[in-house]
Amino acid sequence: MHNDAILSVKNLEKQFGPGCSTCHNESTRKLEKNYCPQCGTVYACRNISFNLFPGEILGIVGESGSGKSTLMQCLYFDEAATSGELILNNQEFQEENVLELSSQQKRYIRNYHFGMVYQNPLKGLKMDFSAMGNIAEKLIAAGGRNVAEMESIGKTLLEKVHIPLFRMKEEPKRFSGGMQQRVQIAKALSNNPPILFLDEVTTGLDLSVQASVLDLIKTIQRELGISMIVVSHDLAVIRMLADRTLVMLNGEIIEEGLTDQILEDPQNPYTQQLVYSLL
Amino acid sequence: MTFLKVEGFGKSFTISHLNQTIRAVEQIDFSIDKGEFIGITGKSGSGKSTILKSIYRTYLPDEGKILYDSEEYGLIDLLQAEERKILYLRKYEIGYVSQFLNVMPRTTSRELVEQSVLEMGKPASVAKEEAEYVLSHFELDRKLWDTYPNTFSGGEKLRLNIAMAAVKKPRLLLLDEPTASLDEQSKVKVRELIEKLKKNGTTLAGVFHDIEFMDGLCDKVFDMKRRQYTSEGAVI
Ligand SMILES: Nc1ncnc2c1ncn2[C@@H]1O[C@H](COP(=O)(O)OP(=O)(O)OP(=O)(O)O)[C@@H](O)[C@H]1O
Ligand SMILES: Nc1ncnc2c1ncn2[C@@H]1O[C@H](COP(=O)(O)OP(=O)(O)OP(=O)(O)O)[C@@H](O)[C@H]1O
Ligand SMILES: [Mg+2]
Ligand SMILES: [Mg+2]
Ligand SMILES: [Zn+2]
Repeated sequence: MHNDAILSVKNLEKQFGPGCSTCHNESTRKLEKNYCPQCGTVYACRNISFNLFPGEILGIVGESGSGKSTLMQCLYFDEAATSGELILNNQEFQEENVLELSSQQKRYIRNYHFGMVYQNPLKGLKMDFSAMGNIAEKLIAAGGRNVAEMESIGKTLLEKVHIPLFRMKEEPKRFSGGMQQRVQIAKALSNNPPILFLDEVTTGLDLSVQASVLDLIKTIQRELGISMIVVSHDLAVIRMLADRTLVMLNGEIIEEGLTDQILEDPQNPYTQQLVYSLL
Repeated sequence: MTFLKVEGFGKSFTISHLNQTIRAVEQIDFSIDKGEFIGITGKSGSGKSTILKSIYRTYLPDEGKILYDSEEYGLIDLLQAEERKILYLRKYEIGYVSQFLNVMPRTTSRELVEQSVLEMGKPASVAKEEAEYVLSHFELDRKLWDTYPNTFSGGEKLRLNIAMAAVKKPRLLLLDEPTASLDEQSKVKVRELIEKLKKNGTTLAGVFHDIEFMDGLCDKVFDMKRRQYTSEGAVI
């Protein structure tokens, strides 16, 4: 095992549906993409293994439906993985498969070790709490009790993501999409997590807002040394942010490598198609 | 002691949808000593860029060895090295410069050079100082320091590119036709920059179209056609 990885995923599987006699066995399985036509089971993540190293940004790219969000949700315990291991390099859970911990322990890991920015801000934010209230919620979950202290952390973070402080008492439902994503980032950072998951953070934002969110992410990595998994179907985003990249197709990792190598010398036929269609 | 040694190196590209395999280079052997500057010449398509990009691992090579004497890892085969080690080497030991500037949008020249220093884990005050030093050393006009480089001329982009690489004081610098789009005057400047880098102890491997440019600058010239070093200034 790579004991210097901060997070290791081993053979993670996630299926939606019970499976049937043909698809239970990998060798007799005849899937259409990730779907068993016999019983309708979706194999959203298949045999996923990778390491995340301290301070790195790992990109995950793949077409719609390839399983990127499902993978993030399994890692963040929003979805229960069907099988597999998730190992964190951390004193408390050394060598343990944290996917098998109690829901209380999982909540603890989420609150103290992980931050998540969802593709859909509705999932990550309480739209009718104030921006500050959203951050306070996460801080309280992570053990915060001192109101003045939490407010000061909240202000610092909102400033960091360029939300004007005179708007901190407003509800995110009154914010633009880019502002909502930035509040999500502030919220995700509030517990000082060593690991941050970012799912399509810039999708749907216009180009200049996109640039400022990307810049923010880079700055956070540089200044705080947080390890991140950045999911995007947009290769330009991956090129800008990720040191290494995994390519997913139909629930599987089909290629992994240095980001510039994936873009300039892709090995897998599907990755080649993906890259050349952009040129 | 050899600093970089390319042994039996070869690389093919397979383009699946065209059902085509291109043999880009094969059987390349050469070595570079510490502090040397070697040039690589050969006709278009002979595989010069492929060699440099394989050393930097932007290309995934498939044959041979590229042994590099790393400060951190000792002797390491760049073709086999883990991605994480390559990322470390890119951050601290090996630089790559081409005529293209590939950077985060809306970031000023000064910020870009500072980031090169910051990613090596140095404090902001040091980054500021070293950025200013290198920007003036490599003669980027002071009024361009705090502007975005997307509107820069070819020569200005190149000077910024070299400054971003040089500020790290890399042990090995790969130059892929940095002078391709420059006029004579700018080329003279690049030549001076390269001489400065060399004086600072950087080992260099470069591809240049024009032989005149390399004349007197390179210690050795590797000819792709003959697959060996030629004497300086030889006609190719
Ligand atoms: N709750 C669910 N029940 C059944 N199938 C699901 C469920 N959630 C996701 N899926 C299926 O799992 C597969 C992977 O979906 P996922 O959302 O992870 O894809 P994605 O790579 O994030 O796509 P996108 O780029 O569109 O966001 C899809 O086939 C999807 O239909
Ligand atoms: N990323 C790539 N994908 C597919 N083929 C490539 C790729 N890069 C290079 N090649 C092929 O490999 C061969 C060598 O190309 P390379 O770019 O190394 O040549 P070069 O000597 O640098 O040429 P030039 O002087 O024109 O820059 C060419 O046939 C080229 O088409
Ligand atoms: Mg998704
Ligand atoms: Mg070339
Ligand atoms: Zn089935």
